[in-house]
Amino acid sequence: MTLTLDGVTKVAGGQTHIHPTTLTLQNGTMNVLLGPTSSGKTSLMRLMAGLDKPNQGRILWNGQDVTGMRVQDRKVAMVYQQFINYPSMTVYDNIASPMRLLGKTAAEIDAAVKKAADLMKLSPLLGRKPLELSGGQQQRCALARALVKNAGLVLLDEPLANLDYKLREELRVEIPKIFEESGSIFVYATTEPEEALLLGGNTATLWEGRVTQFGPTPEVYRKPVDATTARVFSDPPMNFMPVSKTGTKLLFGNGQSATATGRLHDISDGRYLAGFRPNHVEIERHTPDALSFTAKLHVTEITGSETFVHFDHGGGRWVGVLHGIRNLKLGEDMSVFLDPAHIYIFGEDGRLVAPAAYALAA
Amino acid sequence: MAKITLDNLAHSYSPAPKSEADFALKELNHVWNDGEAYALLGASGCGKTTLLNIISGLLTPSQGRIFFNDTDVTRAPTAERNIAQVFQFPVVYDTMTVHDNLAFPLRNRGREESYVTERVQEIARMIGMEHMLNRKARGLTADAKQKISLGRGMVRKDVNALLFDEPLTVIDPHMKWELRTQLKSLHHQFGHTMIYVTHDQTEALTFADKVVVMHSGRVVQIGTPQELFETPAHTFVGYFIGSPGMNVIPAIVEGNVASINGSRVPLGRGYGTPKGKVEIGVRPEFARLSSSEGLPVKVRRVEDVGRHKIIRAEFFGTDINILADEGAPIGADMNRVIFDPAHVNVYADDWRVEGEAA
Repeated sequence: MTLTLDGVTKVAGGQTHIHPTTLTLQNGTMNVLLGPTSSGKTSLMRLMAGLDKPNQGRILWNGQDVTGMRVQDRKVAMVYQQFINYPSMTVYDNIASPMRLLGKTAAEIDAAVKKAADLMKLSPLLGRKPLELSGGQQQRCALARALVKNAGLVLLDEPLANLDYKLREELRVEIPKIFEESGSIFVYATTEPEEALLLGGNTATLWEGRVTQFGPTPEVYRKPVDATTARVFSDPPMNFMPVSKTGTKLLFGNGQSATATGRLHDISDGRYLAGFRPNHVEIERHTPDALSFTAKLHVTEITGSETFVHFDHGGGRWVGVLHGIRNLKLGEDMSVFLDPAHIYIFGEDGRLVAPAAYALAA
Repeated sequence: MAKITLDNLAHSYSPAPKSEADFALKELNHVWNDGEAYALLGASGCGKTTLLNIISGLLTPSQGRIFFNDTDVTRAPTAERNIAQVFQFPVVYDTMTVHDNLAFPLRNRGREESYVTERVQEIARMIGMEHMLNRKARGLTADAKQKISLGRGMVRKDVNALLFDEPLTVIDPHMKWELRTQLKSLHHQFGHTMIYVTHDQTEALTFADKVVVMHSGRVVQIGTPQELFETPAHTFVGYFIGSPGMNVIPAIVEGNVASINGSRVPLGRGYGTPKGKVEIGVRPEFARLSSSEGLPVKVRRVEDVGRHKIIRAEFFGTDINILADEGAPIGADMNRVIFDPAHVNVYADDWRVEGEAA
């Protein structure tokens, strides 16, 4: 089973919500749509579901054109950020409702409901009404209803956004396991890079109505094709600074230079944008060829396991994530070190010119 | 700015509470220092909003008193408490400009227009809205409106306290960073007493000087992020703070050794023989996989989550998590785990046992 979007676009009220997009999703896969608010995640899902018709392009289900087919006639289940359950029905009847609409027998329904409830840890709660459940249980009820339909395509639109942090953490671990077994295509929209990484599978990064990259999640994370993808897939955001290459030298904004080795050696002379992730910022020299910069410490934030450091560097702001607790003096200049192996080089147009050496090894 | 004292405070939503279980907020006694930033952290239903509402005056507690400095404000209405509040969803005047929204609390108190303008400029710069001061608030995005709400909360310097109730819920992750950093630097600059309610541990830990962790209507620990991370007072704190949370493993403890199924785990301190349900707590950050040292563990899955790896494993029948660095190789022969003795805590009936230096 496959779902293919073939050059689909969506324009509404004169605004382009989705630029021409081509994407093929395989059965039994988890596909994350990662992007900020209004980057097109929900629009893309509505096209996949058949809730909206594309202005151009086709939607193929196993190679068969389903572009004009109504949502009711497709095998689709959708779960939204706001948990939607029937308040007057018990959990059992909520989960059973899509099967009743499909005209299944009582025995079939009973078996399916019990199986889904078991997976979602709702078995002891089947007799309760949704409002007697916690938020996490209500959302699990909505997820069980999506599961019981045995739909070929399950669309989850930020399903954990309204839940407590810890519940989210638990369900994030459970959801991929549950859905792996079903063999359906799963599409999961989120604004959080960390959530995409925890879910694994494949990730499509979205920015202003465009899919900027699609591939296995860790690969998109480590080998972003452009600066936009790198920015979308980094929390805290990726840091950037201008750099120019002349011969075998890389010259950074502050006069620091480094020898261009490996892939960097092969790029042509010119001006580029260097990018590096916050967790690769160091405040001690760990490698002899580390580049050093002077930056003013603006704010530190301590989580107990890590310290987030915010620096002012020239005109820009850098963020670093350091292991452990660091008590550093605010407002003072300090040295910041960067291993050249952790630097991505982007062209002035944003396209990736050379990935960081560490990412190629990973 | 004020010191806030919670004296014998408790609250029940039932008019005639019979037992402790009827209390949404169980009895507590605390002094919150002038000029410090506190975060109230806990799951939904833990009592954090009840406590915030008592501080803001939306709710009168069923027992006990609350003081701002030396003034008893237990029964004082919100308007008399001189506090600023920012809620989960933006509250702005749609028909007013951004400038007038920000100026509102100052004009309301009859401040001079020259001061108002200066202060509004300052706040606008902080929330990154200098370029849209003359726009009407109507039609702005939810996060722009929330920034106005935050700005308006901070515009007065003379408030007793600033209360935030999940203020960054509607904000995109990237923007959250910026706003949190701004709130934090603002706190350094002006030294407001701030109380920030959230269920998000990163927000609580990064924002606050002290985090107040609540669980089932009770304050289970008040501490710095470092204290909550390294010495959680209750297994709930260990579980709730940290992602993944602390591993909690049933054990028999004697002196400075814990035995798990007959295998010995060295401890950094002496504990005698604690009674009740005895467990050890080890954070995933202080556990390490090895091919040669430590105790046997069954690795179930290795998850690549970007800046580190999470190893999901089974340890004598208990599911545990172990962290490894981004680039660390995880070989098939790595089937043992080592705990850092200095960071193994001991719990009896869910509360941390202090122990003695060994």
